[in-house]
Amino acid sequence: MTAMTPAGDFRTSYRADMSLFATRNTRLAVLLGVALLALLPLPSLIRQYLENGGGLAQSYDDFLAVFDIGRYGLGLLIQIGFLGIAALGLNILVGFTGQISIGHAAFFGVGAFSSAWLHDHGLPVLVCIPLSGLMTTVVGIIFGLPAARLKGLYLAIATLAAQFIIEDFFARAQWFTGGVAGRGTEPPALFGFSFDREETYFYVVLVAVVLMFVAAANLMRTRDGRALIAVRDHYLSAEMMGINLAYYRTLSFGIASFYAGIGGALYAHYLQFVSVEAFNIGFSIQFLGMVIIGGLGSISGSLMGAAFMVVLPEVVQAGADAIAGGPVDQALKLGANISFLRDMVVGAVIILFLVFEPDGLAHRWRLIKAYWKLYPYSH
Amino acid sequence: MTLREAAPILQADNISLRFGGVRALTEVSLSVHPGEVFSIIGPNGAGKTSFVNCVSGRYSPTSGRILFEGQDITRMRTNRRAAVGIGRTFQNLALFGHMTVLENIMVGRHHLLKRGFLAGMAYWAGGAEAEELKHREEVERIIDFLEIQHVRKAIAGQLPYGLRKRVELARAMALQPRLILLDEPMAGMNLEEKEDMARYILDLNEEWGMTVLMIEHDMGVVMDISHRVAVLDFGRCIATGTPEVVLANEHVRRAYLGEVDELAAEPVA
Repeated sequence: MTAMTPAGDFRTSYRADMSLFATRNTRLAVLLGVALLALLPLPSLIRQYLENGGGLAQSYDDFLAVFDIGRYGLGLLIQIGFLGIAALGLNILVGFTGQISIGHAAFFGVGAFSSAWLHDHGLPVLVCIPLSGLMTTVVGIIFGLPAARLKGLYLAIATLAAQFIIEDFFARAQWFTGGVAGRGTEPPALFGFSFDREETYFYVVLVAVVLMFVAAANLMRTRDGRALIAVRDHYLSAEMMGINLAYYRTLSFGIASFYAGIGGALYAHYLQFVSVEAFNIGFSIQFLGMVIIGGLGSISGSLMGAAFMVVLPEVVQAGADAIAGGPVDQALKLGANISFLRDMVVGAVIILFLVFEPDGLAHRWRLIKAYWKLYPYSH
Repeated sequence: MTLREAAPILQADNISLRFGGVRALTEVSLSVHPGEVFSIIGPNGAGKTSFVNCVSGRYSPTSGRILFEGQDITRMRTNRRAAVGIGRTFQNLALFGHMTVLENIMVGRHHLLKRGFLAGMAYWAGGAEAEELKHREEVERIIDFLEIQHVRKAIAGQLPYGLRKRVELARAMALQPRLILLDEPMAGMNLEEKEDMARYILDLNEEWGMTVLMIEHDMGVVMDISHRVAVLDFGRCIATGTPEVVLANEHVRRAYLGEVDELAAEPVA
């Protein structure tokens, strides 16, 4: 019933009791994890640098190659980063406040186009990214105003309308999105240094992820974060506690849109091209999938859900590639249909998740930790 | 009693509440004085909870006026009443089930905390940490008072019933109300828990200086700890006064306590 803390972990001040991480070891582990992530692009960078200089012994190169996850691997991590930020926004709305949105991809798109559009008007990309977050917040609040009055299915339909309205806007507003041709943009630069490759852009995303996740974690342990959860758990008594329901429901929409906008902007400057077709309803549902698989109402779960949604198709694709042309393929005459296998498996896994782990990856992770904490005396 | 000489903290003038054809309350007038423990009793469906809901803002009376410390709060928005000085607990538990006990009580501090979401996100820089620490100390005083230290970090929804009632009281106390509305604080409790709860109510009235407006069915408790009692029946206030006066009232005997001989058999407190 009470939270599990290791033996001997005594808090002697309220400050220590209210810390971001449960124990000192958790904090160390997270810091170490971030530090390790920060080291990831280095082998690749060093190899390139030395190759250009020409003077790299083969043995060093071989050694570095072991730790080099390559541009593809870094690209996946970058995707997890910006999708994770947007998923966190949706989780604040759906998981923490108990509101629903099936238009999240549209807001993600607003962020992407805003940032590209602002950059075309001469602002540096690193300024455009937060600004596009704010622009998306404004759009989100406009569409979120009905959220102050609506709940459940009604709100779902209202946000579905937002999805289609915004998508239609993308297709027509040539000045903003470049119309059907899409809009090209540039990578961020700082003091003449361009973050134009995976190895460098990775750091931009890493900094954004750390900032956004710490901000969300802080929010949830202070007044307004608690108010959001109170609105979800029991809105009548929340009102009696002095919480303005309409304000907090709208605020939640605003925050969710801000996160979606930042995620979208990071996406735009990574691909350096934004197409109007990308932000469809399927993508919105995918965001909901990330939040549910990761764990509703869990901050770290948002990142886990994004990682899952990015990595799973890769794994299935690898599996499909392995059986392509093989006996199974020939026996079942899969042929070109093999590429659909990916979508089917992803769908099946989501269903299985909902049945067997409705609380998401974050919950599973807690169970695993609890198991190892007690091992081998778990009974 | 000097209590009655002071201006009432809560004054209800001719409150009526109708839902379509149902008259939940008909011209109820009550006044609660500062420092009182005031109980409302009455049979099921008499309109006790409806009255409390009018005071707390859940319902808006069809006609009549409610004054709190002289201020008209009849049409005041529910969420603004916490800051005015009204707190309440609910008949059917209304805790935030997925939060810890501590977080539940901290929600009670909502209107006293001033740092918004931006300061909250910045935490160390925006002054939110200092504010949280300050209010955490206040909350811990309440936790000590209600003896719920051992469940501080427990998830509120998983606690046993008696403890949840106590956490709800703690949350209402955290609002620092001058008037606290308790809707059946002892429903479903065993004798020991009731005794504890009665002690808490007396202490929060005497030591924490909160005026108590309470709905309760346990007549023993009501008669023991109330300064004054009001009796509602079919939405009308049929009697008010000290417990002894109310018990002696002819209407009350007929309407609420049942037959006369039954009352005579009961020891009058």
